[in-house]
Amino acid sequence: MKLSELVIKFDLKVKCGVHELDREIKGGYVSDLLSDVIANGRAGEVWITLQIHHNIVGVASLKSLAAIVIINGREPEEETIKKAEDEGIPIMVSKLPAFELVGRLYQAGISGTR
Amino acid sequence: MITYPKAPKIQELGYELKVRQAMNRNLITVEPRTSMSKLRGVLRSNRISGVPVTRENKLLGVICVEDLVNWLMSGAKDCAIEEKMSKDVVTLCADEPLVHAINKLQQYGFFHFPVLERESGELLGTITREDIIRKLLQKLEIEYREEEIRRYRASHIFEDIMADKTSLIFQYYIVGQDFNRAGESSSALKKSLKRLGTHPDIARRVAIAVYEAEMNVVIYARGGEITVKVDPNQIRIEVEDSGPGIPDIEKAMRPGYSTAPEWVRELGFGAGMGLNNIKKCADEMNITSTVGKGTRLEIYVATKKESVSYEVK
Ligand SMILES: Nc1ncnc2c1ncn2[C@@H]1O[C@H](COP(=O)(O)OP(=O)(O)O)[C@@H](O)[C@H]1O
Ligand SMILES: [Mg+2]
Repeated sequence: MKLSELVIKFDLKVKCGVHELDREIKGGYVSDLLSDVIANGRAGEVWITLQIHHNIVGVASLKSLAAIVIINGREPEEETIKKAEDEGIPIMVSKLPAFELVGRLYQAGISGTR
Repeated sequence: MITYPKAPKIQELGYELKVRQAMNRNLITVEPRTSMSKLRGVLRSNRISGVPVTRENKLLGVICVEDLVNWLMSGAKDCAIEEKMSKDVVTLCADEPLVHAINKLQQYGFFHFPVLERESGELLGTITREDIIRKLLQKLEIEYREEEIRRYRASHIFEDIMADKTSLIFQYYIVGQDFNRAGESSSALKKSLKRLGTHPDIARRVAIAVYEAEMNVVIYARGGEITVKVDPNQIRIEVEDSGPGIPDIEKAMRPGYSTAPEWVRELGFGAGMGLNNIKKCADEMNITSTVGKGTRLEIYVATKKESVSYEVK
């Protein structure tokens, strides 16, 4: 599934990175601990998190993640959006809580294992 | 009508370049008293669809093919151009950014605009879509070539420099407790390594190790320094701080062990996996630390041997 399909299907609000939505999603990872994502996230995955400060962009870029999805309708900080735009990392916001969003993504065929 | 792609690079160039740089200075004008019957010849011999009407370099109006056709169709007798020209002319100033020209072309659907000097109002030239596209392409071409040259030079630096041994040293300074700038060093280093043509897997391992080390200095120490030495065969990273030191290194290395304060944990740090992540990325890692004095971390990543990607380990 492409990021653009994800946005439409799950009613995500795109905060930045509109030029990168053509990326294919290779899987997903959920965590709010940055070092955990560094250790276990994989290139091309969407990262589901509640963190909103700009260090999430650094982590996503280090791991070449496809995009960051922030849950619970939390708004990323301005600095986060600016940095993500620079690094070409799309950030999307979902109104849903993590459990619900991940459940729906899984049902749509996005997997956490490879 | 063409719409210019909303590419960020073109936007950037659109603001950087001025109308003056893209405009056509090869100015063809007609006098207001010139007769309509002569206009056809002017347009045809210059292969243009419209021409500014001027008196002593002051723009009075514009006359175009459409006006000529209308005049011919009406069968009216010959007259001066000033009677048929449009006087309401949309113009651009030479010092405006090119993006204004792009926007105006799209907004009005005209083919060309007269360009004026802002202060004097003097007519300097005209600008068409073709002029804009030509200038953008030319600028992109130049930048692309410069980047190519830069990349080539950077990735061949070890072959080009003649010495018994060559190494490059990068230094980064870390400000303690400053989460706004945290991560900048590793991101700058990753970009530099990419320029040097370092294999992406190696660059990633180095960047991850430096990121985690940098974060530890930001969180636990008051500040520190990163020194990266790039040799043809290996990258050596040294991270030194004058923080509180680590009382029990073995314990600190244990996955999940963390002394990060609550407010730092809320930001997603303090998983207790940082030092382990460094170890996984490094071919060799040494920590020395003195309580009350500081901590020193040495990380080696080999660049020549077939790298085992961190992801598949
Ligand atoms: N530069 C340092 N100065 C002082 N203590 C450190 C430093 N780096 C790491 N530590 C200690 O080691 C522990 C483990 O570090 P790390 O594995 O990076 O996990 P985390 O940073 O998530 O706690 C830290 O909680 C801290 O107590
Ligand atoms: Mg750490």
